[in-house]
Amino acid sequence: MTREEVLNTLKEKFKNDIISVFDKSPKRVYIEITPESLTRVAPFVFNDLQARFNIASGMDSRYEMEILYHFIIEPINLLISFRVKLPKDKPEIASITPFFEAANWIEREMNEMLGITFKGHPDMRRLLLPDQWPEGVYPLRCDYKEWDETAIRDRGV
Amino acid sequence: MARTIVPIGPYHPLQEEPEFFTLTVEGEKVVGIDVRVGYNHRGIEKLSERKNFDQSTFVIERICGICSTSHPYAYTRAVEDVIPMEVPPRAKYIRTVIAEGERIHSHLLWLGLAGHFLGYNTVYMWAWKLREEILDVMEILSGNRNNYAMFTPGGVRRDFKPDDIPVVLKKVDSIVPTLTMLKKAVIDDPVLHARTKGIGVFSKEDAINFSALGPTSRASGIRKDVRKDSPYGAYDQVEWDMIVTENGDVFDKVVLRILEMFESIKIIKQCLDKLPAGEINANIESIPPGEGIGHIEAPRGECFHYVRSDGTNRPVRHKVRAPTFMNLPTYKATIVGQTISDATIILAAIDPCYCCTERVSVRTVKGKKLYSGEDLIKLSQAKTEKIREQLRK
Amino acid sequence: MGVKLNALLKSPWVFHLSTGSCNNCDIEILDCLTPRFDIERFGMVLAGSIKHADVLLVTGSANRQSMERVKRIYEQMPKPCLVVAIGECSLSRGLFIHSYNCPVPIDKVIPVDVYIPGCPPKPEAIIAGVVKLIEKVKASQKEAKK
Repeated sequence: MTREEVLNTLKEKFKNDIISVFDKSPKRVYIEITPESLTRVAPFVFNDLQARFNIASGMDSRYEMEILYHFIIEPINLLISFRVKLPKDKPEIASITPFFEAANWIEREMNEMLGITFKGHPDMRRLLLPDQWPEGVYPLRCDYKEWDETAIRDRGV
Repeated sequence: MARTIVPIGPYHPLQEEPEFFTLTVEGEKVVGIDVRVGYNHRGIEKLSERKNFDQSTFVIERICGICSTSHPYAYTRAVEDVIPMEVPPRAKYIRTVIAEGERIHSHLLWLGLAGHFLGYNTVYMWAWKLREEILDVMEILSGNRNNYAMFTPGGVRRDFKPDDIPVVLKKVDSIVPTLTMLKKAVIDDPVLHARTKGIGVFSKEDAINFSALGPTSRASGIRKDVRKDSPYGAYDQVEWDMIVTENGDVFDKVVLRILEMFESIKIIKQCLDKLPAGEINANIESIPPGEGIGHIEAPRGECFHYVRSDGTNRPVRHKVRAPTFMNLPTYKATIVGQTISDATIILAAIDPCYCCTERVSVRTVKGKKLYSGEDLIKLSQAKTEKIREQLRK
Repeated sequence: MGVKLNALLKSPWVFHLSTGSCNNCDIEILDCLTPRFDIERFGMVLAGSIKHADVLLVTGSANRQSMERVKRIYEQMPKPCLVVAIGECSLSRGLFIHSYNCPVPIDKVIPVDVYIPGCPPKPEAIIAGVVKLIEKVKASQKEAKK
């Protein structure tokens, strides 16, 4: 399958789900999809297009939460990033861990760092943050403020 | 049969990074595993947002001491992808040499530790002695043993001096005989065969499902290497082979890493021979708003960075995905069904970014039996000794 | 106290503890054990358990998760004992001073006797630092006798 074929297949199969396509360079494509369609798009790309799941990266921007799911198709050297935008007051999306195990840890990480809920994740426990970290404080959000008053941020010189 | 829980960690005497494993065992057999990470979490993604693009390179370098080239390399490629731009050819070659030097020292480090886990302290000492030679090479080229600080968005910060290159070539050549000896010693050893063949098999299907990376997946027969698939640096201008083995067990991973070192030596020598003249830094003026992705092949697998810029001098979001992040969960597939004396080598086989084998305590459900200290390693070493005895007969 | 400390200085066994470092300092500590640097000439051996150790080598910036463990490990250590902080992170947290997960430097968690700066310090520096520590303790012993 060539690069054009892959993109055309995606555009045809998910023509109601794709919001926009940004063809950045021969190696990179950014596709914005609706949050509901993720559970259809991700397994299709992973199984039928034989892409490798690279990683997902969450981000808290000014108006909404954003998740990018990066997939790479090695034979044609194409990195496709699926962009999903979630409302800030209720960031919630279906988990893709049931389809492939590779998404397990990154969803746990995004959950604790950004407070995004992944519905249907089999094992949502804390991954990186310490045990005594307070609930409801998400370090990677823009409005994160230091909560620990005992912390020393001064070199003392 | 009664289930026993074996906590490993978080502080060990031989692995670098603290991590906490909980093995569930039935008699000798491991039936479940759980990992708790976070003992090393320093919030680098958040820190990177406070620094400007140039300063970030040095923060990124300190994600991991062994991968102190891979992360800046992926990061600078991500920043260059935002613009987008190409770095000058000389800078590409210099970057490739540094990255391959790092691969050799990282693989040697792993080989030594794997030898130690199996009770082969000779391999440990030899491999680490050889590693010093590579660190000397890196010190000549970059000025430091680790944390080379060579990378900057748009090129490299230091040039190679013409006088250094013959010295480096000679040094690189001088490690080949010892490495060949080490390769023979490891690959032809019957005890090592008995200990690692068929142990911790990682199937091709699992490798795809877990999206495993680097040597961990290539040992399972998956032909994926960023250096070949999406060539960067000077990798498409020099000759080298991608090493792939089929069985997915620990032995194949050992062999694969040893053979990869020879390829790396080949790449370094060709790069230093062909080193083009010219600029080493493209001097980026400004970084426009946009997003970029950089991925490169680190010693442990693909290292992936995502950078978003809003036109100011700082990244708004910087996502770091180290290869071990994808490789660690594969324990679930490899360790279940194996015996507990093989656990250490299977845990070590993916070359996780940790190195200080901690205190291990084995406790039965009633809490009566208590092994302390390095008992897991001792258990593993005792097994090797037993096999050795049998072979002598 | 004096006799105990003297006995300890003959052949100090070290225990290595990483509290959220980048591995570099840890690898350099392990490097000290290998043929080129060979720290065993000074009678130093890396101990497997904290209960056998005389000197604690701490690296890293003490993140919240490992801080509690560091305290607990220090409590388990047989006293008298010596603590060496290795690398910029354990001195002042270096780059990580503003990190949300590294609230205080390590010497606010446990008492530290010797600081070895560097990112990472070379193995030579680590060996020199530990030898200096031994000399320092010996000198203070002599002071106490007077």
